[in-house]
Amino acid sequence: MADAELKAGDIIREIKKAGIRFIVALPDRVTSHHLLKTMLRDPDFKVVQVCKEDEGISICSGLFAAGHRSLMMMQYTGLLDSVNALRGVAVEGQNPVCMLVGLLGKEPGVAPTESKKYGVKIIEPVLDAMGIEHHWVETSVDTSKIIPAIEKAYDKTRPMALLIGREPQSL
Amino acid sequence: MMKRDDMLKVLARHRKDEIVVAVYMAAQELTHISPNDLNYTFTGAMGQGSSHALGLALGRPDKRVVVLDGDGSLLMNLGSLVTIANAAPKNYVHCLCENGTYETNGAVPIPRAGQIRFVDMARAAGYPKTHEISSLEDWDRQLPTILKEEGPVFVDLKVEPGELYPEDFRRLYSIEHRDKFRRTLQNS
Repeated sequence: MADAELKAGDIIREIKKAGIRFIVALPDRVTSHHLLKTMLRDPDFKVVQVCKEDEGISICSGLFAAGHRSLMMMQYTGLLDSVNALRGVAVEGQNPVCMLVGLLGKEPGVAPTESKKYGVKIIEPVLDAMGIEHHWVETSVDTSKIIPAIEKAYDKTRPMALLIGREPQSL
Repeated sequence: MMKRDDMLKVLARHRKDEIVVAVYMAAQELTHISPNDLNYTFTGAMGQGSSHALGLALGRPDKRVVVLDGDGSLLMNLGSLVTIANAAPKNYVHCLCENGTYETNGAVPIPRAGQIRFVDMARAAGYPKTHEISSLEDWDRQLPTILKEEGPVFVDLKVEPGELYPEDFRRLYSIEHRDKFRRTLQNS
């Protein structure tokens, strides 16, 4: 199925169109190979590598205060580890922290809440409980959600998560 | 050992157009001792001050960013030393207010209080410049140089509580003040 393929190039194109040049990242198996490694080589991006994901929530907030857009890339486990920073820095602090979150282990084509993997299954309910908007990106068609989601986050100064449901393929 | 408010008064005297990011007690006191629209206290969660400051420093390489971190806070985000050293912002001054306690949370001692060599940690993480300062005279003398050094610079300041200042957490995390900070920085 042509629309079942999620291409790294499509995601990168949309991220650039949304005006993002700072990428803050902790490697995630779903997005490392074709997305993050490509970004590390792309002179259009400044990639800040972090040791722990909650650092990234705050770095993105500092970048926002300095007038820049950024994207935090991490695995869903990092998001769960960062719940307090998301609570205090992103939600209560009203910072437009945009996150690209790999759902490692999610079954292709299966909605995250229907996953047999416990950690994946709880991600959307956790984000809902925190009032954080999220979008499921599983196919190339879904990449059309990226720009509007980023624009809305910055317009409303609220955090947002793009949930990457399968490994993006090469450019 | 320096009284923290005396240490802040020295910083206020030498301060020009630097962004100052501060957490907990230092933040409470900074708003009284060095009121300035370029004070950034909106850190939101413990340990995060140094990371907010990194975002600011990378986003505005033309401005010097001074962070007043806490020792308990730094222990909670120790990996940030490596992140900051790796990003290597030349305009980043990481001051650690080492008081040996979680002062805001009841003044319980931090683990291994007084026995941790924070400057060694910073050096090992890759900070090219480190300082350890325990007297007000040394702080006053060295600060002008520190504010001009190529960073990231790490400064361990040995402090203890001084005069009491009113606490106002709502002011520290105020969205209104954060937005004012953004506007001021944009025009700065």
